[in-house]
Amino acid sequence: MQQVAVSPSRTSFKLSDLWSEQKSRQIIIQIIVLVILLSVVGYLIRNTAANLELLGRGIEYGFLFSPASYDINQSLIEYTSRSSHLRAGIVGLLNTALVAICGIFLATIVGFVAGVLRLSSNWLVSRIVYVFVEFSRNVPVLLWILLWHGVIIHSLPHPRQAIATFEGLFLSNRGFYVPKPLFDPQIWWVVAALIIAIAGAIVFARHARTRQELTGETYPVLTINIGAIVLIPLVAYFFSGAPVELEMPIFKGFNFTGGLVLSPELVALTFALGIYTGAFIAEIVRAGILAVSHGQTEAAYSLGIKPNWTMRLIILPQALRVIVPPLISQYLNLTKNSSLAIAVGYMDIVATIGGITLNQTGRALECMSIVLAIYLLISLGISAIMNWYNKRISLVER
Amino acid sequence: MAQLQTPKDYVPGTHPNLPPPVATTGVSGWLKSNLFSSPTNIALTVLAAYFLYKIVPPVFHWAVLDAVVDAGHRNECREIGSGACWAVVVIRFEQFMYGFYPEHLRWRVNLAFVMMLLALVPVLYDNLPWRKYLLWYSLAFPFIGFFMLWGGLGFEPVESAKIGGFTLTVIIGVTGIVVSLPIGIVLSLGRRSKMPIVRSLSIIFIEFFRGVPLITLLFVASTLLNYFMPPGTYIDLLLRVVVMVILFASAYMAEVIRGGFAAIPKGQFEAADALGLNYQKSMRLIILPQALKISIPGIVNTFIGLYKDTTLVVIVGLLDPLGISRAVLADSAWQGLSTELYIFIAVGFFISCFAMSRYSLYLERKLDTGYRN
Repeated sequence: MQQVAVSPSRTSFKLSDLWSEQKSRQIIIQIIVLVILLSVVGYLIRNTAANLELLGRGIEYGFLFSPASYDINQSLIEYTSRSSHLRAGIVGLLNTALVAICGIFLATIVGFVAGVLRLSSNWLVSRIVYVFVEFSRNVPVLLWILLWHGVIIHSLPHPRQAIATFEGLFLSNRGFYVPKPLFDPQIWWVVAALIIAIAGAIVFARHARTRQELTGETYPVLTINIGAIVLIPLVAYFFSGAPVELEMPIFKGFNFTGGLVLSPELVALTFALGIYTGAFIAEIVRAGILAVSHGQTEAAYSLGIKPNWTMRLIILPQALRVIVPPLISQYLNLTKNSSLAIAVGYMDIVATIGGITLNQTGRALECMSIVLAIYLLISLGISAIMNWYNKRISLVER
Repeated sequence: MAQLQTPKDYVPGTHPNLPPPVATTGVSGWLKSNLFSSPTNIALTVLAAYFLYKIVPPVFHWAVLDAVVDAGHRNECREIGSGACWAVVVIRFEQFMYGFYPEHLRWRVNLAFVMMLLALVPVLYDNLPWRKYLLWYSLAFPFIGFFMLWGGLGFEPVESAKIGGFTLTVIIGVTGIVVSLPIGIVLSLGRRSKMPIVRSLSIIFIEFFRGVPLITLLFVASTLLNYFMPPGTYIDLLLRVVVMVILFASAYMAEVIRGGFAAIPKGQFEAADALGLNYQKSMRLIILPQALKISIPGIVNTFIGLYKDTTLVVIVGLLDPLGISRAVLADSAWQGLSTELYIFIAVGFFISCFAMSRYSLYLERKLDTGYRN
């Protein structure tokens, strides 16, 4: 039957058959898409070439090695205005990393505390947290950055009357002054001790696990490990002669000398990004805990598992499965939002390479391509990690 | 209280109904269970109350009791009261709404806004009479709105540099979301496609625009886009920015809709195939309606994010509310009042974003059919 039906169409081939056949149709569509794409790209490249010819130059990155000749107020590595554009870019990248790490740290704390308090049975507390979360997430983050910056610049006193909080921490409108740790070379003993302690803790945890699986007996792993990780470096610290000194900020003349200065821009950015993202994380944490059905708790209790063990062994592992993926994408959002630093004049990668370097050299194409490539690398790297994690923890379903 | 009865002479059913214990009902019961149920809870309540006591009265004094609404400049404000100087907001209110749109033409903005709300009604409420015909009006509105705002067709033309304030925010946000929705649908279909070239192009597009911050894209729009055009062409800055916002939003939209596809049970695809529907028909009649329905809350959330992100256009020099506030702060009469202005803008954004997030929650509840998996 089938052969009879097929063979006439084989003999009398029509052009429209190509469109009816799924395979050939897919090839045709792809060829059309490719042709359109190539012609658009070609058009853009031709325009770019014509524009560059008008300007009388090509694309080259040599300018990165010429002196930048602008100042950067906050830098983690040595930088002067005679350093190269490349170095300015690295300073910017490190500043991005600095504010992202500080922000992520703050956001995680704010998010987890707010998320748990939001579920509190205490009506007043959960209402206050609700208002806080809704206010934080429904206002643009740029506005939060400007607000915090304005509050620090306008409301905090001049360094002369700086607010002294704890010993050595001064708040003023020129920034926050904190003690600066000075490291002696002997510090390496402490670092080595810390590494040994962590390695030991991992080995011990593995041993305890195999032992529990074999015999059912348990050690107080957590207590012993935390004790070891704290105590061993502490012993090393005192035996090597206390190699860390704190250099206190001291008010002298018109400003503070010594100590470490956190610029108002850095502080404003960290607070704004941390609290804004923290509000989103709070909702994620709340949803994650609520996603674990109550039957799990009841089942654990009926097995005779203690409440805090239930939380640690039953609820949290299941909640984390829901929490972690959106949590990481919030971290990614925070890192991307840190590019708003330019609004308050914090010199991150966008403000250095994409801002001042671009304006000075006029090499828009080169500068923007560097900035875009860096952000793309960061987010692709993080999403690769996330995919790996998701695959690892996803439930194996039948 | 009822009299005590011995079991012997108790007739079943004669015991009077006792009221519940005082401690579990009414105000005191509520207080006990919600605020003072355990020592930790009592401590938390006291702490929270102390926190409120420390925060609320000073803020209330600053923002309401000691605030000045009627003053000509900053120093006058400071003479009258020690609190917030809302006078700056009152005097510049129109600018925050319209930017520098010509005063005698502002009725056009208002009318366009009302017409936009009317165009939204048939989109948002699905049990409206004559919905089919009203949707045609919704489809036509973007063109009507364009001519009303920029002029042409007999209206007096207005430069786009004059458009600012919350008007600009709404224009960028709404255009971004409306145009990015169809692009997002196409991209998400492309990402699911079996054709390798189409699929990889969609993935590259989506991952690129999701991977870079919007602000760098706006920089590209303001500094780089001219390189890609034939020499000598000039494209309006607002248009360039809107194009970038659309591309950015459609990448996010594509991911939201992809989530919608993923939530559809596999049986639906198989059922469509079993009925002998071809690709177009199965998508149009079976898959897309369900996928879009599931992703509506996500779409609303994307819109909220986009709406908030429109504030970034201030960095490339457009006059959104933040840009207006920069202009106001540069005026020597109002210097140093940034807190008041920012709070005013924040409240403006809060009201609209909070309302939208409530709407998305309502939708989520309404659309939750309970058999998603």
